[in-house]
Amino acid sequence: MSNMGIVFAILGAALAALLAGAGSAVGVGMTGEAAAGVVTEDPSKFGKVLLLQLLPGTQGIYGLLIAFMTLSQIGVLGGSAEMSLAKGLMYFAACLPMAIVGYWSAIRQARVSVAGIHMVSKKPDQMGKGMIFAAMVETYAILALLVSLLAVTGIGGLNI
Amino acid sequence: MADKQYIYQVARIRSKEMELLTGQNIQQLLASDSYDSCLRVLSDRGWDVSSGDADTILAIQRQNTWALMEELVEDISVFDVFLYQNDFHNLKAAIKQVCTQEHFQDIYIPDGTVEPQQIEQAVSQRDFGALPPRMQKAAQEAFTALLRTGDGQLCDVIIDSACLAAILQAGRDSGDALILAYAELTVAAADIKTAVRCQRTGKELDFLKRALVPCDSLDAAQLAAAAADSEEAIYSYLERTAYAPGVEALRQSSAAFERWCDDLMMQRIRPQLHNAFTIGPLAAYILARENEEKTVRIILSGKKNHLDESAVAERVRDMYV
Repeated sequence: MSNMGIVFAILGAALAALLAGAGSAVGVGMTGEAAAGVVTEDPSKFGKVLLLQLLPGTQGIYGLLIAFMTLSQIGVLGGSAEMSLAKGLMYFAACLPMAIVGYWSAIRQARVSVAGIHMVSKKPDQMGKGMIFAAMVETYAILALLVSLLAVTGIGGLNI
Repeated sequence: MADKQYIYQVARIRSKEMELLTGQNIQQLLASDSYDSCLRVLSDRGWDVSSGDADTILAIQRQNTWALMEELVEDISVFDVFLYQNDFHNLKAAIKQVCTQEHFQDIYIPDGTVEPQQIEQAVSQRDFGALPPRMQKAAQEAFTALLRTGDGQLCDVIIDSACLAAILQAGRDSGDALILAYAELTVAAADIKTAVRCQRTGKELDFLKRALVPCDSLDAAQLAAAAADSEEAIYSYLERTAYAPGVEALRQSSAAFERWCDDLMMQRIRPQLHNAFTIGPLAAYILARENEEKTVRIILSGKKNHLDESAVAERVRDMYV
C-alpha cells in the first residue's frame, strides 16, 4: 500500500497523455478525411484545409505537457519517486481535467473543423470564420489545461 | 449504414455541389434564344455537350454521377433504390416483348441494378428465380396475367405496385432518413397520380385497391375509396394529409403535380447541404442530379421544338443549390 501513491500519480499522467492524445488522433483523422476529400477535387485548397485539419491536434499536445509535468513533479524523470497515497491521488485528480476535457473537446472540435473544411470547399474566403468556430471549442481545452497545470505544479508544495 | 461516417465522401460531394446547376443557370437556359445557346450555357458549366444530342448529353451526366458514386461508396447497392424504377420498367418491357413474340428496338433503360438482357432471358425462359427476389413474384404474376387476359394495363399495375412496394421496403431497410423520405414521397406521389388517373378512367374499387400501395403518409384504403367516389373526394381526402399543399397543383394538371412533388423532394433533401457526416448528402446529390437532368431535358426539348418560354418555364423544377 505504501507504493500506491506513485501508482496513482503515474496513472493520472498516463491518462492525460492517453485520453487527450486519443481524442486528437480521432479528431485529426476525421478532419484529415474531410481535407483529403476537398483536396481531391481542388488541390489549390491544401493550405487552407491543412490549418483546419490541425486544430483538433492541440489537445494531444496539452495532454503530453500535463503528463510530462506530472512525471517531472513526482520524481519519475529524476529524483525520488516516493509519495503518500493522498498525494498520489491528488496528482491523479489533477490530471483528470486535461484527460477528460481533452478527449471530448478534440472530437467535438474535429466535427466543427470538418464543417469548416466543407465551408472552405465552397467559400475559400471564409476560412477565417471556420477557424474561429473551431477555436471556440479550443477554449475549454485550454481551461482544462490551466486547471491541470496549476494543480500539478501546486501539489508538490503541499505537505501531505 | 446509418452509423457509418462518410467524412471524405461528403467533402468531395461538397465540392461537386458547386458544379450543380443553380436557379440562376436555369433562368439563363430558359432565356437562351436557341438550342445551341443552351448548349453553350451547359458547356460553360462543365457539361460535355460535344455530341450536340440531348439524350447523349444527359446520359453522359448520369454516367458521371454514378461513376463518382462507385468511386466514393464501397457498396453502391445502398443507392439501388433510386434505380428500382428502371428495373421494373425493363421487366414490364421484357414481359410485353416476350408475350407478343415481337422484337422492339430501344425498349430498355440501361441504368438499372439488373442487366436488361438478364431480365429478358429470365422472362423468355420463364425462369423467374433468376431475377432478384423483389421482382420474382411480380414478374410471374404479371406474365401469367398478360398471357391469360391480354390486359396490358393489369400487367402494368402488378409491376408498378411491386416496384413501389420494393422502393418503400428498401427505404425502410436503409436506416437513412433521406432514403426513407425519398421512398415515402415516391410511393405517395405515385399513389395520388394513380388514384386520379383511375378516377378519370372510371376504374372499379377492386382495381384501385390493387393499384395503390400502402405507405405511412397516405391511407391507401381511404384514397382508393375516394377515387372510386369522385375527383373532389380525392382532393378532399388529400386536404387532410401532408400532401394538402399539392392539391392546387393536382387540380391544375398532373404535370403541375409532378413538378410540385419534385420541388417537395428538393425541399426535403436541402438540409443535407449542411450534413457533414452521413450518406445523406451523397443520396441528395444523386437526387439533385436527377432533378437537374429532368429540368434540362424539358428545356432542351422545348428549345428544340421552339416552344413558348413560358410554357417551358411552367415545367422547370426548383434546383437543389
